[in-house]
Amino acid sequence: MHEPKMPPRPGYWSRSRIKSVLTQAIFLSAVGFVLWFLWSNTAQNLSQQGIASGFGFLSSRSGFDVSLSFIPFNNDSTYATAFWVAVINTLVLAGLGIGLATLLGFSLGLARVSKNWLIARLATVYIEVFRNIPLLLQLFVWYFAILRPLPRPRDSVALADLVFVNNRGLFFPSPIFETGIGWVVAVLMVGLVAAMLMRWRAQRIRVETSRTVYQWYWWVLALFVAPTLAWILSGTSVTMSVPELKGFNFKGGLHILPEMLAALLGLSFYISAAVGEIVRAGIQGIDRGQTEAAEAFGHSRAQMMRFIIIPQALKIIIPPLTTQYQSLAKNTSLAAAIAFPEIISIVAGTAMTQTGQALETILLAMAFYVAVSLSIAAVMNFANYRVMKHIV
Amino acid sequence: MTDISPSSRAAPKLAYHPIEWLRRTLFSNWWQSILTLVLLWVVSQIVPPMVKWAVLEAVWYGTGDDCRAGSGACWAFVGARWNQFIYGFYPEASRWRVDLVFLLLVLSIGAVFLPRTKHKVWLISGIAVVLPIVAFFLLFGGVFGLETVPTSLWGGLMLTLVVAITGMAGSLPLGILLALGRRSKMPAIRIFCVTFIELFRAVPLITILFMASVMLPLFLPSGVSLDKLLRALLGVAIFNAALMAEVVRGGLQAIPKGQYEAATAAGMGYWKMMIFIILPQALRLVIPGLINTYVAIIKDTTLVLIIGLFDLLGIVQAGISDSNWLSANVTRTGYVFAGLGFWIMCFGLSRYSMYLERRLDTDHRNSG
Repeated sequence: MHEPKMPPRPGYWSRSRIKSVLTQAIFLSAVGFVLWFLWSNTAQNLSQQGIASGFGFLSSRSGFDVSLSFIPFNNDSTYATAFWVAVINTLVLAGLGIGLATLLGFSLGLARVSKNWLIARLATVYIEVFRNIPLLLQLFVWYFAILRPLPRPRDSVALADLVFVNNRGLFFPSPIFETGIGWVVAVLMVGLVAAMLMRWRAQRIRVETSRTVYQWYWWVLALFVAPTLAWILSGTSVTMSVPELKGFNFKGGLHILPEMLAALLGLSFYISAAVGEIVRAGIQGIDRGQTEAAEAFGHSRAQMMRFIIIPQALKIIIPPLTTQYQSLAKNTSLAAAIAFPEIISIVAGTAMTQTGQALETILLAMAFYVAVSLSIAAVMNFANYRVMKHIV
Repeated sequence: MTDISPSSRAAPKLAYHPIEWLRRTLFSNWWQSILTLVLLWVVSQIVPPMVKWAVLEAVWYGTGDDCRAGSGACWAFVGARWNQFIYGFYPEASRWRVDLVFLLLVLSIGAVFLPRTKHKVWLISGIAVVLPIVAFFLLFGGVFGLETVPTSLWGGLMLTLVVAITGMAGSLPLGILLALGRRSKMPAIRIFCVTFIELFRAVPLITILFMASVMLPLFLPSGVSLDKLLRALLGVAIFNAALMAEVVRGGLQAIPKGQYEAATAAGMGYWKMMIFIILPQALRLVIPGLINTYVAIIKDTTLVLIIGLFDLLGIVQAGISDSNWLSANVTRTGYVFAGLGFWIMCFGLSRYSMYLERRLDTDHRNSG
């Protein structure tokens, strides 16, 4: 017997390590040099052109108006306020868009795998049309070809004299709550929490004892009976504010600008096509054995989807869905081309041309998008974690 | 003994009578039947008016006034503007150069997309290097006695293809480098690549294009100015390189460790191993993802109109606001034309990608 000869252990400063350290040193100095070069050029150019630098401009008067704002804003407000107006507008658009795209997308995905030939074909046509045409073109179509050429407010398209569509946008009634509504909302909230707790308890009992606890009456109680009682007892009432033609435009009710409507429809229709494909791929990615087993157990197709296929498909669906949500949030930037007052049109558009501070405004816009992308990723990763934990 | 293993016998074929087919696919129960009828009604409300607008009542020849008088599509507008939609403001006498580039492009695409082509990765790389150079000299001119055509005259479909193909050709090698860097063992390079990729993936292309058009001139020494189109091309290529890097990374991760170890054991260095062993396999795996990114690049080319370049959509948008033609039908026709142009390119590519996906991967999923 003889000891197997071990190869000599390389020392800490082996040849490959020296090579690696050298490569990195050269790489870092190259990157550093390029950054320094760009920075010194920028500093020189800025001082030559007499452009101010820094974020001081944020606290000065903006001097412009925006067509849509959820917080008080006028041309005396600061650039910082304008930035927050843009942030809120963008987030509202992205949030509504994600909701609508998810709803449409899941319906499309289910339609794609439907046994009904017609609905499957129509969903395919929808998906192939909407995902293969550039979003910018779709936004133009919604805005310039559909919503702008609508009749003037005087000749609005009306639905039961409550909802009006014209070239100023969409008008519909909105409820006006009177004092005392707080009680109803509070009761509803308490009921919702109680019902959630009951659901959690029912799930635990089912897991521990395989006994099914019916809980639907809790939901009816919490969501309908208790709030109605609170409504009657508090004696509150709700009036509707109905849009009415006054002069050249409508007053009252809720008003959605055509820019908002076009951006929302364009974004959500475009992304819903991609979501539909993701949902279809998720459903079809489940092993056929699962479907066959579910059929063998006598589940109906709806039951099979609800309890067997979808919960497993979500594992496949969520990661690419995250990308689509991020894509929708980033694509809100295209709404700038149809004059929707979002972050690009306000910050990298108006504010940039007025102040001339391209560097700061574009960095501000980019920082906003990075924050939004990271937030969406964080929320979706949490959802993914939940889905994985519950199933695996 | 009879063989009863499930694989030895094919399932009995289900042959349906047409009526049986209708019953199973459209009227399987009462609510499916209602759904079918409702959808049929919706289709009947949408399709005939569309055909009526696009074909039956369309104005094929004439002027803007004929179109304003008519109630259908204004194909006369597309006919009148055809050359502009394809070539932009490219001088008429030199348009044969654009045609030649189109021809070269079609030939290359044919060579790449035919299923029997061998060494696809190398062929694509070769074309990606040679075609842009040849195309540049043909389009820009200035050599071999060709008249120089400044990029401000480029436009229409030609510009769309220039932006798209430069984006495709530029983003792939950059993306591969970034993907390799992201998987590098050297922390400095890895951190740089991760930051670069994640930053560019988190922001919209518009911000990058704004950077290229507004901030780049600030970054460069005073007196140095880059062409507006070139700046846009740089922006598109770098932005898509970050997306491409993630696609390529997927392929790199799918290559078994044994391949790396075998290559190292055979005495190969890093670059030799990557170029001859790992990348050919990894890129083959990600061809569908790669083509999907290419489809996204084609759609993204429209964004250059925001920084003032006239791509296919930009030139259509400019055309429909011409006061000689201005009317609702011209607007619709213009968008339908541009939409069809983009749709054919994107749908064709995505179909090709699906075909490859089926060919590269066949397994027993619920795809029936």
